[in-house]
Formats: sequence, C-alpha cells, structure tokens
Amino acid sequence: MEKEKLEFLQSKALDVRKLTVEMIGRLGVGHIGGALSIIDLLSVLYYDIANVTPKDPKNPDRDRIVLSKGHAGPALYSVLADKGYFPIEEIKTLNQPHTNLPSHCDMNKTVGIDMTAGSLGQGLSCAIGMALAGKIDKKDYKVYCILGDGESQEGQVWEALMYAGNMRLDNLVIFIDNNGMQIDGMTSDINGIEPLEEKSKAFNLHTQRINGHDIEAIEDAIHCANNTKDKCSLIILDTIKGYGVDWVSSKGFGCHSMAVSEEQWREFCGKEKD
Amino acid sequence: MTDNMEMREVYCQSLIEEAKHNDKIVVVEADLMNCIKTGPFKKAYPDRFFNVGIAEANMVGVSAGLATCGKIPFCSSFGTFATRRCYDQVFISVAYSKQNVKIVGTDPGICAEINGGTHMPLEDMGLMRNIPHMLCVEPTDSAMLKALMPQIIAYEGATYIRLQRKKAETVYDEKDTFDLFKAKTISKGKDATIIASGIMVSKAIEASKTLKDMGYDVGVINTFTWKPIDEQAIIDCAKNSGAIVVAENHNIRNGLYSAVAEVVVANCPVPMESVAVMDEFGEVGKMPYLSERFRLRACDIVEKTLKAIKRK
Repeated sequence: MEKEKLEFLQSKALDVRKLTVEMIGRLGVGHIGGALSIIDLLSVLYYDIANVTPKDPKNPDRDRIVLSKGHAGPALYSVLADKGYFPIEEIKTLNQPHTNLPSHCDMNKTVGIDMTAGSLGQGLSCAIGMALAGKIDKKDYKVYCILGDGESQEGQVWEALMYAGNMRLDNLVIFIDNNGMQIDGMTSDINGIEPLEEKSKAFNLHTQRINGHDIEAIEDAIHCANNTKDKCSLIILDTIKGYGVDWVSSKGFGCHSMAVSEEQWREFCGKEKD
Repeated sequence: MTDNMEMREVYCQSLIEEAKHNDKIVVVEADLMNCIKTGPFKKAYPDRFFNVGIAEANMVGVSAGLATCGKIPFCSSFGTFATRRCYDQVFISVAYSKQNVKIVGTDPGICAEINGGTHMPLEDMGLMRNIPHMLCVEPTDSAMLKALMPQIIAYEGATYIRLQRKKAETVYDEKDTFDLFKAKTISKGKDATIIASGIMVSKAIEASKTLKDMGYDVGVINTFTWKPIDEQAIIDCAKNSGAIVVAENHNIRNGLYSAVAEVVVANCPVPMESVAVMDEFGEVGKMPYLSERFRLRACDIVEKTLKAIKRK
C-alpha cells in the first residue's frame, strides 16, 4: 500500500475512534469496546474498498455492509457521519428520544445502514439473501458482513455459514471480529469458538486470519477475498476489545458496555469545550 | 377449476402464474419442498428458488435479505416451524426491519393429524398476530386462495399465510370475489352470528343449518384475515344479532376469539362463546378423532351458539 494511502486510512481510523468515543461519552455509557475493535476494518471498507456513497445511499448497485454485531452501531454511525450520510451534529443524539441513532443498527432510522441488527446471529443470513439477490440480478456488487466472536456462539450463524459455503457465494465476504471477549468474560472461558480457521475451512469457506488492526493486512485480505472465485470468504480479524483507547481496553471484558466520563472523552478527543 | 385441487397445488400454480409477469417473486424452502410441492416453481424458475435445508432461522433471514433487494420471498414450512421455531428472526429480521417477506405455515391446528403434538400449530396465528403490523391470513379453500394470491403479492409488508396443504372442504367457487381486508358474509342472522375461519367455516355453515331447523336465525361470517381484522363486519354482527360465537382451529389464547373480543368489547359488548382448543397441546390422530377430542365439530358450534343466545 502506498504510504500516503496508509496514512490517510490510519488518520481516518483515528478520526472515527474520536467520534465514537465522543458519541458514547456524551451519552455517558455505551458498547464502546466492541465498537473500537472494528474501526480499522470499517475504515478500510468505507474509505477505500466499498462502492458506497452518501450521494446515493440506496443505489441498487452499491455494495452492502451488514453489521451483524449491531451493538457496535456507534462505530458505524461515526463513519457514516464523517462521510456525510447525515450531519455530524447528529452524533450528539445517540439514544435520545426521536434519534436516528439507536444503540443497535436500524436500517429504517439511519441513512446508510443496510440491515437492522441487534438480536445477535441474524445478520449473516440476511447478508446471504442480499448476495443471492445479486446473483439473480447478475449484479456485481459485494456484500460484507461483520460478526462478533461472541455472536458466533449463536446457532443461526452456523446454519448460515454452512449455506454460504455450500452456495459458493463469491460475492460475500464474512468478517469475524475476534476480540476474544463477551459480556460475561473471555469467549474461550465461556464457550470457546476456536479453532476458527479449521472450522471455517471445514465449512468450505476461503479462509484468512489477520491482525484486525493492521490496515494493510485488512486491505490485502479483502482484495484477496474479492478475487477468489467460486468460494465464499471468511476473514478472521484478531482484534483487541477497546483498541486504541487505553482506559477502555484496560478494562478487559468489562469494556463491552461501560461508563465514560466527560473528562475521559474530552481528553481523548482533544475537545475542551463545545 | 380449482375445485378438486389441493391447496398446495393452487399455491404453487399461483406463484408460477404471477412470477411470469413479476420477476421479484422468489421461493425459499427449508427441506419441505416435497411436502409443500413447490417443485414446479423450482423447475420453472430455478434461479429464483432456494432450499436452505433444515434451518428455518436461516430461511427467514435469507428471505429478509432478499427482500431488502426488492425481491418478494415466499418461505414456507409446517406452521410450527415457520413461526415458533424462528420467531425472533420473523420478529426482527422481517417485521421490525419492515421487510416484505411472505411466511407460509402449513398444516394448521389439527390438520397436522398424525404428525401430532410436535407438529400441530395451535398458536401460530397468535404468535404472528402479536407482531406489530403483521398481516395474518387463513385462506379457506382453493378458490379463495387462488383469488387472494395476487392480492397477497401486491400487498407490501410482512405477511403470515396459514395454509392447509391438502384439499380443503369446498366453500367457494371461482366466481366468488374476495377483498383481503374484508370479512366474507355467508349469511345474516337475527339470533346470533358465528364468526369462523379455516376448516371451521364449513362446520359453521352446517351448524347454522342445524340451528335453523331448530328455529334459530343464525348468521355466518368468514374472517379469513385475522389481522388487520374487519372491525366493521364484527361490529355489524354484534349489533344486528346480539350474540357471537367464534369458531377456530387454534388455541383460544390470542387467537380469533381474542381478536374478535378486542373489537366487541371496545365497540358493542354482547355475549360471546368460543369453539377452539382450550389451552391444550396437540396430539396424534385423524381428523374425526381430533375434532371430537378438541370439540371442534359442528355440534360443538351448535351447543355454544345456543349458550350464547341464552345469555342475551
């Protein structure tokens, strides 16, 4: 990757982290850990790879991005606000009455959201439906679906993975944000989902495993997935919950949903006053 | 003519016919293609047919995803598995997300016969009725199903279709017309009205004839769409006959009796009686046994109607 592009994507990821921390900080509490862990992926998708634009958010030929781990909505809202899907001021309305930005993604409230999510395990099936529609209509759009590792304990995820593999959906790329934590503790202590690569390969999925905070690695993996014909792709992103904000990641699994003080967010965002 | 056709044949033929001029129609199955007999659709439109295997949650989610891209998916299973097995997927991925998915649940209530309690949906309409804005419809026979299919396809929104698979008792012929949102009046009566749906419609007609021989003037209306229910039709019945009996192949809880009572209580309270399954699980058996076991016969409707009239 060119140095300039890498620096651009890294700076975008930092901007989005700041917006996410500010959004949750202004409310005082939220799902900050799992939002921060997917921001490098979202930055690569939205600022480089995905064919999406705020000028035409419902274009039938656009790429689709399904955030199945819907509680990470604030990270996605930050990207969409920064890209101009809606006024950036709206981030102050998170979870306020009449907001367009609820805790969990809602396609009927937020411009730019392709699928409602929140009840875990459902997004991948919907992404498969979008990919099948693309095949029927002979469109060349791609569908990207982001799952959590804890979410992958849901049975429906495996129903969907089996079907995606068998249908050889090469227009679908699945990501697992493998931050290793869930509400009650470490995923491996509760109901571990490893070995993920072996499981993925056994489901007939083209499988890659990368550092989910390495912008270049994410970009390369998505290009590799998009160039893989006749097979659906799964990319395991090894990530850190709360990545990029020490006072979040240091809480361990406690950062799934946590209180954020005004002092904390203002210091991180470098904003002394409104 | 649909007269001698099974409901599932009419269902599939209607889909094939409509799909000729509507390329949005797709079919999603979960290993019951051979029971619901959508094979001819697969043959006619192989690119628009999907079988996810025995995975109802995935079937519903895949259908929702197809709908986000403008498709009109029809997904089906036995009524138990099309509703309670994947309730949260229907609730969130379809209804809450406002997706135009048509969910078909077959073998309603005691029609599941020897598949027994595990396969006997006595609560499916109740579950679906409880989901905001869900259209819930139970076509009575082949002629009605054929007439309603184009209307169901034209309706934009989450829909549950409660469908007998096999041949239903013939009530209508192809000359009859139906409005998806209007109850069908079969007869009017001054002493009471029987409000029925599904297999109970023909039994209600039989009961009204018996009651006529006994000197009572009892009407019958068919509320094949349970939600949104035709409130005016129910209010008119309550006002004009002063007593109502609801006959349904469903649990009394949150079924047609509840739907009718919600309208009657708020608008025109009159004595009401119910012919329904009284908060019980299903069991194996053939129709005559199950009808008697759960008291879903014409004679049960007669008995409850006399009781309702006495309470006036």
